Amino acid sequence: MPAITMKVNGQAVCGDVEGRTLLVEFLRDKLGLTGTHVGCDTSQCGACVVHVDGKAVKSCTTLAIACADSEVTTIEGLAKNGKLHPMQEAFREHHGLQCGFCTPGMIMSAVDLVKRNGKKLDDETIRHELEGNICRCTGYQNIVAAVKAGAANM
Amino acid sequence: MSETGTGIGARVKRKEDQRFITGKGNYTDDINLPKQTYAYFVRSPHAHATIKSINTAKAKKMPGVVGVFTGEDVANDKLGGLICGWMIHSKDGSPMKAGPHPVLAQGKVRYVGDHVALVVAETKELAKAAAAAVSVTYAVLPHVVDVADAMKAKAPVHDVAPDNRVFNWSIGDEAATDAAFKNAAHVTKIDLVNNRLIPNAMEPRAAIGSYDTGTESYTLYTTSQNPHVARLVISAFHGLAPEHKLRVIAPDVGGGFGSKIFIYAEEVACVWASKHIGGRPIKWTAERSESFLADAHGRDHVTHAELATDANGIITGFKVHTKAAMGAYLSTFASCVPTYLYATLLSGQYAIPNIYAEVDAIYTNTAPVDAYRGAGRPEATYVVERIVETAARELKIDPAEFRRKNFVTAFPHQTPVIMCYDAGDYAAALDKALEMSEYSSFGERKSAAAKKGKLRGIGLSAYIEACGIAPSAAIGSLGAGVGLWESAEVRVNPVGTVEILTGSHSHGQGHETTFAQLVSDRLGVDINNVSIVHGDTDKVQFGMGTYGSRSGAVGMTAISKALDKIEAKAKKVAAAVMEASADDVEFKNGTFTVKGTDKKMAFGEVALSAYVAHKFNSAEIEPGLKEGAFHDPSNFVFPAGVHICEVEIDADTGVTEVVSYTAVDDFGNIINPMIVEGQVHGGIVQGIGQALAEGCVYDKDSGQLLTGSYMDYQMPRAADVPNFKLAFTCTPCPSNPLGMKGCGEAGAIASPAAVMNAVTDALGLRDVAMPATPQTVWKAMQPMKKAAE
Repeated sequence: MPAITMKVNGQAVCGDVEGRTLLVEFLRDKLGLTGTHVGCDTSQCGACVVHVDGKAVKSCTTLAIACADSEVTTIEGLAKNGKLHPMQEAFREHHGLQCGFCTPGMIMSAVDLVKRNGKKLDDETIRHELEGNICRCTGYQNIVAAVKAGAANM
Repeated sequence: MSETGTGIGARVKRKEDQRFITGKGNYTDDINLPKQTYAYFVRSPHAHATIKSINTAKAKKMPGVVGVFTGEDVANDKLGGLICGWMIHSKDGSPMKAGPHPVLAQGKVRYVGDHVALVVAETKELAKAAAAAVSVTYAVLPHVVDVADAMKAKAPVHDVAPDNRVFNWSIGDEAATDAAFKNAAHVTKIDLVNNRLIPNAMEPRAAIGSYDTGTESYTLYTTSQNPHVARLVISAFHGLAPEHKLRVIAPDVGGGFGSKIFIYAEEVACVWASKHIGGRPIKWTAERSESFLADAHGRDHVTHAELATDANGIITGFKVHTKAAMGAYLSTFASCVPTYLYATLLSGQYAIPNIYAEVDAIYTNTAPVDAYRGAGRPEATYVVERIVETAARELKIDPAEFRRKNFVTAFPHQTPVIMCYDAGDYAAALDKALEMSEYSSFGERKSAAAKKGKLRGIGLSAYIEACGIAPSAAIGSLGAGVGLWESAEVRVNPVGTVEILTGSHSHGQGHETTFAQLVSDRLGVDINNVSIVHGDTDKVQFGMGTYGSRSGAVGMTAISKALDKIEAKAKKVAAAVMEASADDVEFKNGTFTVKGTDKKMAFGEVALSAYVAHKFNSAEIEPGLKEGAFHDPSNFVFPAGVHICEVEIDADTGVTEVVSYTAVDDFGNIINPMIVEGQVHGGIVQGIGQALAEGCVYDKDSGQLLTGSYMDYQMPRAADVPNFKLAFTCTPCPSNPLGMKGCGEAGAIASPAAVMNAVTDALGLRDVAMPATPQTVWKAMQPMKKAAE
């Protein structure tokens, strides 16, 4: 089993992985970062979204070994110095979550879409950009409101 | 009630959110126990087959394999089978025909995905590899997947039901209803299919079962909406262990929608098998494809309905015949869904003097069907609101006015199908919805849409549901195997902080916030000094769990009753300390005062006094401040409302867009409007999903599930739905002290009919099948196009 190193949430980490080990398995099983979730097996639901070298990826379809020497940010690394990221705060403020299972991936995708589309977002852009994240609880309305508000505060 | 602050009626931000937005939730799959092993299930590739042999020898020799278990091991251990907890009797008095449902298949498999063997190994990869080495020889049998064909099937799913009919049940007065039809001025007929859905909570089911060889007791972590019920069933029916030797923990649960009420084979198998591998914990987490195959599905009704009206457009009779798929086995509450949760709501919001309904429950070679958000009530609303809309169109009466002239207007109202509606104002919701949706100017929007090649339609749905499930004696007389009360314990700590132990379970509903609001409101305690404890049978007294929108009306009422006792006890303590009569002590805003004096004590001071017990005679007043209550509701609660949907259909592609959606709901008194609105949003989208996107499809020829992933089963996504216009009316519920109804299912109950009434209005057709995908709508439009050419 090859050993890989990676920077996760600002910390250098290393671990043995099999060639087939997925990034999400490395994060959850090896590093105990269970905030990143697995909701499907076809790369559709987006519960597993993390940032790799600043870009949102679905960690359930990314090999851990392919992320060797990369910088990875998970939901656990989004708050800085005990202060929530504006997008996290916005999800709470706008009731953008219910069961919470899709939420980490949803927030990570939201942060990424703001980076790519800017802070002033209309509903249509947000809804279109969230195509890769499924929520079964909220009906999306409050998620859209949260992303809009979070973007403005980023 | 104020929308600010932290009491009842306030838009309090959720207390539970901190852990979820920081990735610190604690779901079952996040938990790992020392020496844990991993489970993988061998599942049937056939819809129906006899198991000729199972060879596990090769798998057992694979690296890392700890154990392989089959139906034979289950039988040898006398582990009981899965049960259906609601007895339904057919019209002829015979009991429902429940086939055996072993934890691992014995002799036969009955649907694709049926659980055949359990492989336990050191890692999930090794378990999966070994599962592929389990060799099962099958003799394939004829199968049936459609409820419409099932009674003519060549090989019955269960020998006990040769025509695949589980029961033939009826409700209402057939002769009186027939007489009403004889005298009718007009009869409207409709045939409807309520499409099969796959629940798809975003967290797949998961379990960790372990056995402690020292204490000889089991622990099961599981994705459950009702851990005590799971413990009861696994103990009393599977016979695994007595209840005090079995702990069931349901930690954070990522959505349920009904699908996590039931006691499933996989969870039972994991906890059972742990003892056979020396007590090592066994963890199983469903892959999404397993969720599609083996979670209990929802709906799947085929219905013929007829509505009789008199010359004035007044409904005089309603006849319904429904074939309801049960799947291959009767799931935990399957039998009550198409009967007492369905046909008892066929009166809708209308004063219908004569109703008769007959339901055939039918086995098919598919995953079991059970309660899914709304459970019977969406199916009832769909039938009622589609036929009412169709009747109005046939009679050329405005659909809103047709509804209005048939509304129940006086309460209580006894329907001919058991339910007694206690309170409501249906016209108020209709008026508000018509105004908010700008109903009167719809014609202008339709013309404007036509100019851009779009067919615009409008549809109403005036739904009623019965939730706050349920009065125990009443449901007992109807066949329920359990009582549906709820329990609560209020523990006031010596420093005045409060712990609420509730039998309800939160899996997205926000109980940690709303329940704390009630306590804060009643005791004047800071909301941050209240914690809600749930989901662990070792911590919490027996409770019935969360489903059927019951946790407000039933669960919070139990808390409220326990708070009454706390207040009464605290008054006694305060009276003793302040040297007054308990009758003279008043409690308001967290302070005890003595009438006519300036004596006062804060709630926290009284709590401390209760625990130090220095200043009262403990022979008369027991020390401590902890009280419990069980609440058994005296009636169902009856949320109702009017939803209005507008769609635009692209005349060239058949793509349907929901362009406007208004929901006016009467949930009685509301604890937290922010949370209630969230529940309505989510419910509406699940209903729009049913109407336009979601449909479970089994291949008729092979019996295979064709919609087995998110690539094939279309879940609503953010871009598929609009923002919704919401408003509430309020007639407080008279059967509980908080005046609450229930809001968890209303959106999913109301919306499919509203959407499909809009779609059929846009197309000028009587019916279009759900899900009205672009393909279905395009096909439906072709005859009209041809006629126009």
